[in-house]
Amino acid sequence: MHFDAFDRYHDSESFLHRLDPRVKVVAAVVFILSNALLQDGAWIAFGLSWLFLLLANQLSNLGLGFTFRRSLVALPFALIALTVLFSIPGKPLSSFHFLVWDLTITDAGLLRFVSILIRSWLSVQMAILLVAVARFPDLIHALEHLRVPGILTTIIAFLYRYLFVLADEVFRLMRARESRSAAAPGKRAGGSVAWRAGIAGHMAGQLFLRSYERSDRVYNAMLARGYAGHMETINPHELRRRDYITVALVLLAILFFQLVGRL
Amino acid sequence: MTTALQVQDLHFSYHDGHAALRGVTFQVCEGDKVALVGPNGAGKSTLMLHLNGILTGQGEVNVGGKRLTRENLSAIRSMVGLVFQNPDDQLFSPTVFEDVAFGPLHMGLPMNEVESRVNAALEAVRMTGFRDRLSHHLSVGEKKRIAIATVLSMDPQILVLDEPSAGLDPRARRTLINLLRELPITMLVSTHDIRLVQELFPRTIVMDEGIIVADGRTNDILGDEALLTAHGLEKP
Amino acid sequence: MHYSPQPLHIPDGFLSFTVSVICWVISAITIGMAVSRSNKSLGERQIPLMGVMAAFIFAAQMINFPVAGGTSGHLLGGALAAITLGPWAGMLVMTAVIAVQALLLQDGGLLVMGANILNMGLITAAIGYGLYRGVSTGSRSLKLAVAGIAAWLSVMAGALFTSLQLWLSGTSQLQVVIPAMLGVHALIGVGEALITVAALMFILQTRPDLLGENSVSAQGSRGWMVAGVLITLAVVLLSPLASADPDGLERVAGDLGFLGKGVSAPYHILPDYTLPFLGETALSTILAGLIGVVVVGAIIVLLGQGLKAKS
Repeated sequence: MHFDAFDRYHDSESFLHRLDPRVKVVAAVVFILSNALLQDGAWIAFGLSWLFLLLANQLSNLGLGFTFRRSLVALPFALIALTVLFSIPGKPLSSFHFLVWDLTITDAGLLRFVSILIRSWLSVQMAILLVAVARFPDLIHALEHLRVPGILTTIIAFLYRYLFVLADEVFRLMRARESRSAAAPGKRAGGSVAWRAGIAGHMAGQLFLRSYERSDRVYNAMLARGYAGHMETINPHELRRRDYITVALVLLAILFFQLVGRL
Repeated sequence: MTTALQVQDLHFSYHDGHAALRGVTFQVCEGDKVALVGPNGAGKSTLMLHLNGILTGQGEVNVGGKRLTRENLSAIRSMVGLVFQNPDDQLFSPTVFEDVAFGPLHMGLPMNEVESRVNAALEAVRMTGFRDRLSHHLSVGEKKRIAIATVLSMDPQILVLDEPSAGLDPRARRTLINLLRELPITMLVSTHDIRLVQELFPRTIVMDEGIIVADGRTNDILGDEALLTAHGLEKP
Repeated sequence: MHYSPQPLHIPDGFLSFTVSVICWVISAITIGMAVSRSNKSLGERQIPLMGVMAAFIFAAQMINFPVAGGTSGHLLGGALAAITLGPWAGMLVMTAVIAVQALLLQDGGLLVMGANILNMGLITAAIGYGLYRGVSTGSRSLKLAVAGIAAWLSVMAGALFTSLQLWLSGTSQLQVVIPAMLGVHALIGVGEALITVAALMFILQTRPDLLGENSVSAQGSRGWMVAGVLITLAVVLLSPLASADPDGLERVAGDLGFLGKGVSAPYHILPDYTLPFLGETALSTILAGLIGVVVVGAIIVLLGQGLKAKS
């Protein structure tokens, strides 16, 4: 059992895959920014943004419905926005009784709620597409080029490298715990919640020490290969004409969505 | 003789579609000590994870005459003592005592019984003096023995060990072999250590590519050179 | 086993543009300080240490323990990271973790990442470290007790800031989101505190040198105590205030021009979040909050069960 499931890159030779990772990051962020700037009820602009997303899906060779399939991950969070249904004054649409509350859904509340969900739904799909068409190490390079401090990108690179190793360790620890989590007939098994939390804490402490000692070994291995406090990276990325044109087109499209949204 | 463990036509595939078990059938009688050998990726570890329901495939697993189901999972877990290959995965508490006590405490046993079970388990692996030591500071050989004690304290009917002698120096390995010989308990042990097999186990099961390719007296199997070469094993 | 998203990770779309940008600015400035401090004061040894420790926090967040009814508790880790690695390194490590969760797993959005880093990484580290630093020369049990309280408070602070951001964005109603978020996280925070204390206990028992006077974790200056105590005070004072007098808070926010149109207006859900039959008493507010917590809890349990049954 391995945590390759974390890696959501889908290999392909599509137009999007071949773009410079910086372009992909900028385009995704601008798209998400644009969603946040669109006003509630800007249906046409939302619709255009969705078509833009579909086009991006199409250009990725992953299929039109690719991002849709995983797009519901943020849905549980919609719960938190539920209150706007009732809290914004407007024309009452429907009233009902829930526990001790008399709730009235208003047209303005519904408009806002749906707008929030659409923004979130569109944005999360773009983020899904981004990691599907850009290898994570390339994304880290893109962040370096985009002036994210080197110490942070280096930490992220290490994190990505050892994430899989440590996640496997967690998995084995939890399996060993599960394997000894038995019950005796007629006895209440499992101990108290605090005891179980303490065991989880011991596992975290155990993992901490192992990680700490591993970082020592990593450091020694780096020293052995001449590390002197600075990480050198080779960066093969170079912006080509195609990249500039794509960025320009994306920005134009986003500008157009914003204009439509404000008409 | 009573059957301690019976596996009937067990199939299992991982998420990626890789078929790890393709119809495994065997049984272990009470008091048997059985070796499980085969190359890496043969399905040995996967099979062991089925014996106490960590993984569940198609087919039947019976422990002590009871069929393993979702309902009696937690009862079965106390009957099958599974010892993992890397003792660091098994020892997640700060002190030896806490780790050996985890199983009995989880079962909800009263404190005095937990105490006596921990003492008995440590006694059985000859580690009585280590009760209050920190697991993190033990040698690999000591960790292995403590790992065995962590399941002995649950009073299992069968002990299932994954690669017990891997990574041990000759002395620690010798101590472990003596310990396994003396433990009066049914045992199924997966290993690459053919000399250990020869010394300890009257019966050997050979697995390869998810099926059992041979099951019989250790002397016969280790004498069958063609069988050994065909499945990537070496004559001792 | 699956990676399970955590309740504090805000997805894109739920915070307004203004709130997202303000949070990004605050986070960026703090991270900038952390970067320059780390570049100056930390040895080359720190780079692989922080990198592997970031992976540790990420992995440790997957360790769970069963609570009840199919729900499980787990670690957020901001306080633990800051206590064990020092405040600046802790903040960088948490930033990396949150960035990777958003980029790789879409757990938390990109535009709102500034807010997520602020809530789950920076504030938690500042509180965790600040309070712990004050007693770092004290007895072991005092240290552990304070670490536990700091871990609990760090989760509550994260929840409070998240609620305020959601409210300022016009996404949630203050009267509902504060009691609901704080109520749920009061419980989640207990899990955080227990895991943090047990993990520290393990480390103190096994490698006390890692938390001693000469360790990296002792590098933060005494100024952190002030910062930690101030943020804690703000949280402790703000939560009851926000719960007891949301109208006041709303007036302030309205005066500052924060609130979106239409959100600060009268509410149709029970006025001021009270129960009708009890009138407008403190008891009524608390009970209404509790009911909110139970409902949200029940929904989460049901959702959890549903998802589990599917997989």
